Amino acid sequence: MSDQLMALDGAQGPKPKKRFSRRNIFIYGTLIVVSLYYLLPLYVMIVTSLKGMPEVRMGNIFSPPVEITFEPWVKAWAHACTGLNCDGLSRGFWNSVRITVPSVIASIAIASVNGYALANWRFKGANLFFTILIFGAFIPYQVMIYPMVIILREMGLYTKLGGLILVHTVFGMPILTLLFRNYFSSMPEELFKAARVDGAGFWRIYFKIMLPMSLPIFVVAIILQVTGIWNDFLFGVIFSKPETYPMTVQLNNIVNSVQGVKEYNVNMAATVLTGIVPLVIYFISGKLFVRGIAAGAVKG
Amino acid sequence: MTNVSVRQLDLRFGSVEVLKNLNIEIAEGEFLVLLGPSGCGKSTLLNCIAGLLDVSGGQIHISGKNVTWAEPKDRGIGMVFQSYALYPQMTVKGNLSFGLKTQKFSKAEIERRVNEAAEILQIKDLLGRKPSALSGGQRQRVAIGRALVRDVDVYLFDEPLSNLDAKLRTELRVELKRLHNQLNHTMIYVTHDQIEAMTLADRIAIMRDGFIQQLADPYTVYNKPANLFVAGFVGSPGMSFLDGTLSEDGTSFTFGNATVGMGDYDGQQNDASSRNVKLGVRPEHIIIHTEAIEGVTIAAELDIVEALGSESLLWLTSQGEKISALVNADDEYEAGSTVHMEFNIGKSSLFDTKTEKRL
Repeated sequence: MSDQLMALDGAQGPKPKKRFSRRNIFIYGTLIVVSLYYLLPLYVMIVTSLKGMPEVRMGNIFSPPVEITFEPWVKAWAHACTGLNCDGLSRGFWNSVRITVPSVIASIAIASVNGYALANWRFKGANLFFTILIFGAFIPYQVMIYPMVIILREMGLYTKLGGLILVHTVFGMPILTLLFRNYFSSMPEELFKAARVDGAGFWRIYFKIMLPMSLPIFVVAIILQVTGIWNDFLFGVIFSKPETYPMTVQLNNIVNSVQGVKEYNVNMAATVLTGIVPLVIYFISGKLFVRGIAAGAVKG
Repeated sequence: MTNVSVRQLDLRFGSVEVLKNLNIEIAEGEFLVLLGPSGCGKSTLLNCIAGLLDVSGGQIHISGKNVTWAEPKDRGIGMVFQSYALYPQMTVKGNLSFGLKTQKFSKAEIERRVNEAAEILQIKDLLGRKPSALSGGQRQRVAIGRALVRDVDVYLFDEPLSNLDAKLRTELRVELKRLHNQLNHTMIYVTHDQIEAMTLADRIAIMRDGFIQQLADPYTVYNKPANLFVAGFVGSPGMSFLDGTLSEDGTSFTFGNATVGMGDYDGQQNDASSRNVKLGVRPEHIIIHTEAIEGVTIAAELDIVEALGSESLLWLTSQGEKISALVNADDEYEAGSTVHMEFNIGKSSLFDTKTEKRL
């Protein structure tokens, strides 16, 4: 056959795609409806928080603010009253930071070593230990609150920040250990064997081989723990006192105060402020979800 | 002098016995290949020697020391894995020096050893790269280098070439052979590839279900397989087996209506426990004639001709038995025709049907 171009009849090249096919309309239609459903409350919160009280009272919750004011935000952060204190959410924010940061670091540090030991160093009783730990993940927290209060009281940590940090660290353990164990189990076992032949021990393998390969799972664990601990209300209200209340508890106290006028704009601003930390974490770490960090270790 | 000695080794996982009373002595500088199908326990044995698995019974001695309870790093071994197992976050240089740094060698010594290994394996240009930027063959070279820098007595290879494509495998195989000739270290090499086993080994240990079936040099394994399993496992295309009977005086073998004289047989055919035996003939030990020769050849139907390039493989049927034979690729045969086979009895093997052992 010659190199001459043949005349091609009928279908050829990429199949044409219809923009407004029934399939596309269905998929995008559903997505738009669902995202509206989720975004609408956020929209209402933000516009309300930017309105003055007279405008709020007019009742058009969907209408954008006529006159934008940041007064409610300032008040929520610095002046809103809970009980006798009138220094706003700022105190709760710093309390939450002081609770979340050490809890996240401690729980992830311990759980990652746990998971590593369970996955790679199969010691006697490892399975039993793991089963007990996982069982812990299924017991409702409420069951353990009273014993926990007594334990903390005996340790002299009840209503102290340290006590709350300890509680968060302990309760994060089952799920985080499971997470790390499964991640380390999925890593090629030969890598671990090679390091052992190279003479590396428990900690050297952990720090030099395993840690550098586990950025993705650490990001997942950080997101999980920061949002979980930051959003926690139950432990915060039980294991702390007004001076050490985390932000969520304080938010509740501001919003639910029965005295005086309900300042919806301040409440909305306070709520958005409280939710902003987990949101920021999501946005930053989303980019860190780098896959294939471990690629190249095994055949590629 | 013995370098690695495995004595009465047992290994159980729960109630599953993987290795049982296994004994093997490996001389200094020897290249031993553990060959067998998947699940025969060959990698397990290697892991036991390396100290990555705790044995259930028996002893392991390396360089005259009992290392049964020793940590892998204290056994004086280097190991190369099938999946390379390079540390992905380190450069090639980092990979090579990791073990040395762990053992607290001086900077100069590390530098010297890394350079030496890189020199031998021709990976000097790659020292600054990450494993992900290397090809499969380069990665395996680095993995071998990581074992070499340890400068130990015994090197263990766990199917090191199985992840490579056919061409690279051949290249690295030759390189490994050269490396062994050059360094003369003891090497224990696990593979399921019989060509690697035949070409590399000083001795081959063929394993099945945790037992060593035969431990001998490649020539013996190929030409005098200890039993039916070894005979069938080694050789590609495989040996043909003919069910038949041995005459009372052992001078002839009959299958179907055909009879073969056993006068040239290299073995003890009269040791058979009964007259029921199997004759095993390798494809290259069958000579194909187009004309019958009275008393020498046996007629066969030619089913299929497979052209392999350098030669052709004939699939034959004779007296209800399937037989394959290798012939010169230039000779033309037609499927469906009748040909005449002459067996090279001196190179074939007789097996006792009951014990499956070679006679």
